Parts: sequence; structure tokens; C-alpha cells
Amino acid sequence: MIEIKNIEKSFNGVKILKGISSVFEAGKTNLIIGQSGSGKTVLLKSLLGIHTPEVGTISFDGRIYSDLNADEKREIRTEIGMLFQGSALFDSMTVSENVAFPLRMFTNDSKLKIQKRVDFVLERVNLVGAHKKLPSEISGGMQKRVAIARAIVNNPKYLFCDEPNSGLDPNTAILIDNLIKEITVEYNITTVVNTHDMNSVMEIGDNILFLKNGVKAWQGNKEEIFRTNNEAIVEFVYSSELFKKVREAHLKE
Amino acid sequence: MMLIRYLSQIGKYFLMWKEIFKKPTKWSVMKGLIFKEVDDLIIDSLGIVAFISFFVGGVVSIQTALNLTNSFIPKYLIGYATRQSVILEFAPTFMSIIMAGKMGSFITSSIGSMRVTEQIDALEVMGVNSLNYLVFPKIIALLLYPFLIGIGMFLGIAGGYIATVYGGFGADVDFIEGIQRDFLPFHVVYSFTKTFIFGMLLATIPSFHGYYMKGGALEVGKASTVSFVWTSVTIIVLNYVITQLLLTK
Repeated sequence: MIEIKNIEKSFNGVKILKGISSVFEAGKTNLIIGQSGSGKTVLLKSLLGIHTPEVGTISFDGRIYSDLNADEKREIRTEIGMLFQGSALFDSMTVSENVAFPLRMFTNDSKLKIQKRVDFVLERVNLVGAHKKLPSEISGGMQKRVAIARAIVNNPKYLFCDEPNSGLDPNTAILIDNLIKEITVEYNITTVVNTHDMNSVMEIGDNILFLKNGVKAWQGNKEEIFRTNNEAIVEFVYSSELFKKVREAHLKE
Repeated sequence: MMLIRYLSQIGKYFLMWKEIFKKPTKWSVMKGLIFKEVDDLIIDSLGIVAFISFFVGGVVSIQTALNLTNSFIPKYLIGYATRQSVILEFAPTFMSIIMAGKMGSFITSSIGSMRVTEQIDALEVMGVNSLNYLVFPKIIALLLYPFLIGIGMFLGIAGGYIATVYGGFGADVDFIEGIQRDFLPFHVVYSFTKTFIFGMLLATIPSFHGYYMKGGALEVGKASTVSFVWTSVTIIVLNYVITQLLLTK
């Protein structure tokens, strides 16, 4: 579980995050949604330790990040898996080497054991037979799956995903969403997904945090999002005709 | 304002040096990275170093020969001038400037591309010291840079010999006498001291520009150009300082 309390972060005197508090539970897909510039990327990077909030605390299963020493912070980082927007695969390494990377770096496992684990996670993300390929030789959807495999290979406690569906066709986007959801439940991971994709919100949103202008404007789950009358969220989520109709249909039921 | 910006960049560069040696990467992984860098930076540069050294050595000897119009000036001076030019300046300094273009652009663009595509962020998020992972193997690989320059020295003089003897500018005994005459071993020490320092600059200045770049693909190109300019300027300035320190009394 990750708990954030009263997080504030500014850049060049402009306050981007204005006192955000929330709890992201284990075994659930926690989504951060909001318009561009609402502060969701800054919040995600603060959770990852890339940005340091000026005010507030972030605790990972009770361990307050800002109170930890450098070694303890590094320890937490080894418990984190990250799926980047552009996959961020190492382009000089094959698929297999990319997935094996965290194991080679942080464990003393034998080559055979590492290979078995790599085979297992690649099979788990439905990527068999791509071991020897370079990232440039596979599709965007496959790259995302390799990135998920790399993120979970070390059995992380926390999984962060930045726009996991960007640049993917609707079918592949649903596959990736479902994969994230399945892995979250299967391994009881605390998953935090930063997304713009309303399909993801409807599909996998166990806990949805909506940011507007750096403030928490709404929080709930995918069922509650249909029923809420919160103006900010209605305006954001139901801006398209399609989603308006989906909402109306849902309310009629 | 500009001065403050430059000073701040210089400060950041030295802080980068400190970071490079913090939290080292596992040796089993680092070993592979070092071999890869030796291959990319040293082995891959052998051809161009050999080619340029050989022909420049030849040109130096021809130009020296063509300027020796007075018959009182001994012919061994061709070999002597070639040896001195190649060992003291051409191989260590001018080859390093050429390498700032070849190796430097490669280093800046490869690290810069990793920055743009979030690969460096991925390393950091995993808890890897990305500066140690990316730059330390380059520093170790470039400890072999003096060997590369040593080959350049040998081929430069060999090029001078072939151009002189087979071009009909002088006899081989004169050339051999020239390259042996008044030889000071300290000149080789001076030359390799410079080469070692330039190797460290070649590993770190382009890495600095790639690592701290901001923006997209266009900025990677700009960073490569800026890195070449700064590496060259630093080599030229340090060349002056080292020469002043080591060769003057």
C-alpha cells in the first residue's frame, strides 16, 4: 500500500501539486486521471522518487520515503516496477536481455535460473518466440508487453504505469489493460496507472484519483464514476458523445 | 550571467565525476559493459587512427623535405621533424581532436538518445546509478586510449619513412638517423601523459553533454555538436597548460 499525505510540489515558483492526499491499495489498480497539466505526471514522478515534494509524505507500506537513508531508498526502488509511456526498453539489448536486466543487476541467481524466470514472465505476457529480437524489431504493443515483463520479473511490490495505452490500437490497449489488472491481482501488487484513456478507467479502475489544477477533485471507483454528479469529473470523463451515451445507459440500468 | 552559467556547468561536470564512482554496478555486469566500450571506442577507432596517422606522417615528411632547399641542412632532419611532430603534437593532440568528433559524437548521441527515450529514467527507477552504469565503463575503456595513440605514433613515423624513401625525398639511412637523433624518452612520457588526460576528457565531456541534455531528437544532434566544441576547446587549453608545465624549465 502507498499512502500520500498533503503532497505539494512547485517548479519555478508555480505550485503544481497542491496538498494531495490519497491511499493506493495493494491488489488494486489505482488510476490517476486528469487533463494535461493537471499534475498527474508530477505526482507519479514524486511517487517514483524522481521529484521530491516540498511538503507532505509518501509512505510505502509504512516506510516514509523522505525519512529513509540512501540505502533504504535504493531498497524501495528495487521493489518498484515501472512501465514507461514509450516502454523505455534498452535498444541495444534483446527482448530476453531487457527482461533479465533487473535480475542480473540485483540478484545473484545463476544464468539458468534467470533464463527460466525470463521465459516464465515472457510467457505470462503472451510473448513467446521473441526472445532474440531487438526492441526495434517488434511492434509497439509487443514492446509494452516486454516492458511489463521487465517491470514484474523481479516480483515488485509496486507497479507504476505511465500512459500504458498511448499509441496503441484499441484491441492492444484492452489487452495491456487486462494484463496490468491480472498481474496486479495475481501478485497482490500496488499498481498506480497514470492515464488519459477513458476505456482504461471503465475497464480497470478499482480506485480512481481525479486531479484538476493540482488538486484532488474526486476519488472513487469505476462504478461510482457513472453515478457521480461531481461537475469536474462529469465534464472531463463525459466530454465525448460516446461516453455520454454510455453513462446514460448505465444510469437507466 | 553567461559566466555564471559556464561556471555552473563546470561545477556540475565535476559533481558528475563524484557521482560516477558512487554505488558501483555489479562487477559481473560491469565487466561486459567495459568490453563493449573497448570494442566500440578503441577497436572501432583503430582503422581511422591508422589511416589518418599514416597519411599525415607521410605529408609531414614530404613538406619537411620540400622545405629543405639549402644543401647545408642535413637530410636526417626529415626523420627528426617527422618524429617530433608526430610524437609531440600530432598523435596525442590532433588525433584526440579527431576522436572528439568520432568517439565524442558517438558517446553524446548514444547517451542523449537514452535520455530522450526515458532509458536513463528506467535505470534510475530500478535503483541503478545510471552515471556509473553509463560513464564508468567508458572511462575504463579509454585507459587503453594511449595504446591507440601509440599505434598512431608508430604508423605516423612509418608513413613518413615510406613517403620519404619511396617518394625519393631522402635515403632510408638519413631518415632512420633522424628518428634516432637527440631522442629524449621524456618526450614520450610527456606525450602519453597528455594522451591519458585527453582520454579522460573524451570519456567524460561527451557523456556530460549527453546525460544532462533536455529535449528531443533535434537536441541530441545539438548536444553532439556542443560536446565536440567543448571537448576540443578543453583539449587545446589543457594541451597548452600541460606543455607549459612539463616541457618548460
